[in-house]
Amino acid sequence: MSTRTGAAAAGPDFGPRRSPLEAARRLVQGDLVSVRIIVAIAAIWIIFQSQNDRFLSAVNLTNLALQITATGLISVGVVFVLLLGEIDLSVGAVSGVTSALMAVMNVQHGWNPYLAIAAAVVLGLAIGLLQGALFSSFGVPSFVVTLAGLLAWQGLQLYVLGDTGSVSVTDGKIVGLANHFYSDAAGWVFAAVVIVAYAGTALWSLRARRAAGLADTAAAGPIARTLIVAAATIAVVAVLNSDRGVPLAVLILVAFVAGMQYVVTRTLFGRHVFAVGGSAEAARRAGIRTNRIRIIVFGISGTMAAIGGVLAASRLLSVDQSAGGSDLLLFAIAGPVIAGTSLFGGRGSVWSALLGAITIGSISNGMDLLALQSSVKFMVTGGVLVAAVIVDALARQNRQARA
Amino acid sequence: MRAPLLALKGVSKRFGAVQALDGVDFEVYAGEVVGLVGDNGAGKSTLVKVISGIYSPDHGEISMDGVPVTVRSPEEATQLGIATVYQDLALADNLDVVANLFLGREELSRGPARATWQVDETAMEHRSHELLERFAVTIPSVRTEVAALSGGQRQQVAVARSLLGEPKVVLLDEPTAALGVAQTAQVLLLIKQLRERGLGVMVISHNLADVFEVADRVFVLRLGRPAGTFDVARTTQDEVVAAITGAHLRPAEVSGKGGRT
Repeated sequence: MSTRTGAAAAGPDFGPRRSPLEAARRLVQGDLVSVRIIVAIAAIWIIFQSQNDRFLSAVNLTNLALQITATGLISVGVVFVLLLGEIDLSVGAVSGVTSALMAVMNVQHGWNPYLAIAAAVVLGLAIGLLQGALFSSFGVPSFVVTLAGLLAWQGLQLYVLGDTGSVSVTDGKIVGLANHFYSDAAGWVFAAVVIVAYAGTALWSLRARRAAGLADTAAAGPIARTLIVAAATIAVVAVLNSDRGVPLAVLILVAFVAGMQYVVTRTLFGRHVFAVGGSAEAARRAGIRTNRIRIIVFGISGTMAAIGGVLAASRLLSVDQSAGGSDLLLFAIAGPVIAGTSLFGGRGSVWSALLGAITIGSISNGMDLLALQSSVKFMVTGGVLVAAVIVDALARQNRQARA
Repeated sequence: MRAPLLALKGVSKRFGAVQALDGVDFEVYAGEVVGLVGDNGAGKSTLVKVISGIYSPDHGEISMDGVPVTVRSPEEATQLGIATVYQDLALADNLDVVANLFLGREELSRGPARATWQVDETAMEHRSHELLERFAVTIPSVRTEVAALSGGQRQQVAVARSLLGEPKVVLLDEPTAALGVAQTAQVLLLIKQLRERGLGVMVISHNLADVFEVADRVFVLRLGRPAGTFDVARTTQDEVVAAITGAHLRPAEVSGKGGRT
C-alpha cells in the first residue's frame, strides 16, 4: 500500500487528506480496492447464505473453488492485457481450441498426457504471440485483432474436433488436474508453506529497507498483513479439508496467481508493462521496447487461456464444440475489472484475477443453488459488471481531477 | 581559454523549402545557464532536436569539450552526456517517483533473485533519496504516484531523472510553462543548483522574466539565424525583445544607449 506520510514539505496544492470522508472516498475509488472487493464478497456470501443455508457449506465452497479455477487462470493472463490498456476477446476461443487439441491428441492419437497438455500450451502461446505481433506491428486495435481471432480460433476448434464434435477425456493424469484432492495432512503442509513463504518475504524486504536506511520501516504493517494472510490460508484449508481436501486445481490457481503477481510487481518486465500501460510515450522515450512488451503480454494471455482450457476440460471430462464459449470470455474479463484492475491500463494486480473470479463465481454458484432462471442470472451478472466498470471510470476521473 | 562543454559551429538544417537553421554558432560552458529564446518558428525546437540527436544537421559541426562529435540518435546524445527534458515531461503517471526516475534503467537485485529479473527496489529508493536531497527537491514521498504531484514537482522529477545518467549538458524545453509562481520558483532554484554543480544548462523558454531570473547569457534565434547573444547582467528585456522581433537594434548599438541593468 502506498504511504502518504511526510507531506509537510509538499507544495501548496498537495495537502495531507486523512479525514473520515477521505477514507470513505478512497474505499470507493480504488486506493483500497482489495478491501472493497472483500467487503463485496462478504456481502454476496451473507445474502446467499440467508437464502439457502447450504451456500456456505464445505461441499459447496469446495465446488465453488473448482468452478472458478478455469476462469481464474484465464483471468491471470487477461490482467496483463488490461494492464497495457488493451483487451483480448479471444481468450475464451483460445481456451476452447487448445483444450480441443489436447483432447484429440491424447484420446485419438494416443499422445502422452503431458505431451498433449504441452501441445495445448504451446498452441496458446503461439496464438497469443501472433495476435500480439499483428496488433503491435500494424497498429490495428487489439479489440479488432482478437475479435477476428475469436472467430478464427472457434473455426479451428471445430476443425480439430472433426465430425463427432466431442471428445471424452479419460486419461487419469488429465482428469486428475481438477479431480485430485490432497489428504488433510498434505493440506496443512501447503498452508504452512504459504504462510512461511509470505512471512519470509515480508520480513526479508523489511530487513533490506532497514539495512538501506529507508523510511517506512515500521514492522506493524508487514506483521498485520502476514497475520491476515495466515488466518485466511488456515480458514481456506480448514474448509477444504472438512470436505474432500485441498484440490490440486486450487493449488495450480494459487501458484499461478502468486507467481504472476511476483512477475508484475517485482520484475523488470512487470515494471515495463505498467509503464507501457500508463504512458506508452514515456516508456518509449525511456528506451523500453514497447512492441516487444506488447507481444509478450499477448503471448502470456494466450498461454494462460490454454492452461485454463486444460483445467476446464479436466473438470468437465470432455471437450466439445461449445468449449470456451458462452459466458467464459465475459467472466474472465469481468472478474479482474470487478476486482479493481482498470480497463484504461496501468493499474491493477494479479490478485484481482482471483478475487474477481471468486466474486463472479459466488454470484453464479449462489444463483444456481437458488435455482434461478438463466434470464435472471444473465441480468444480475450484467448489472454487477456495469457497476464495476462505472466505479473504475469514476476512480479514473477522480485521479485526473487531482492530477 | 577553456573549451566550451558543448559547441555548435555553422549548423544548418533545411526541411524542403524551409531553412529551419542557417549557420548557427552556439556554445554552452560548464557552470553556465544559457537561455535560448526566439519567436515561434525561429528554429528553437529544431536546434534542440539537432543537439539531442533527433535530427542530424545538413551542415556544421558539433563538439563536446572541444572534440568534434556526431549525434545520430537520442541514445548517442545520452552517451555523450547530453540530457534533454521535454516540455511534456514523459513521465508515467501511474508509477511512483522511484519507478519514474529509474524508468528504462532499473537496477536489478543482486544475488539469486537476479535470475528472475527482480528489480532492486531498496537500492533504487535509496539512490532516489540521495538524488532528490542533493538537489533539495521537495516531494511528499518517493513512493508517491506521479499523478498525485503538482506540476512543479513533476517538472523537478523530470529534471532529476535526466541527472541520473550523470550528464554534462542539460537541455530544458519550456521548463516553467503552465506553472504557478511558487512552482516556477522551485524549478528555477533547481536550475541554479545544476549550474552550481558545474553542468552546462540550456533553457528554452518563451518567458523572458524566467530566463532573466536564471540565465547568464541569452541567445536569440530569429528565422533560423543567430540574432545576438546578450549578457543578462548588461542588457534589458526590451533589447532582447527587439532582437527576437527583428527591430533594427544590434547589441553593439544597444549597449551604447542602455547602461541600465
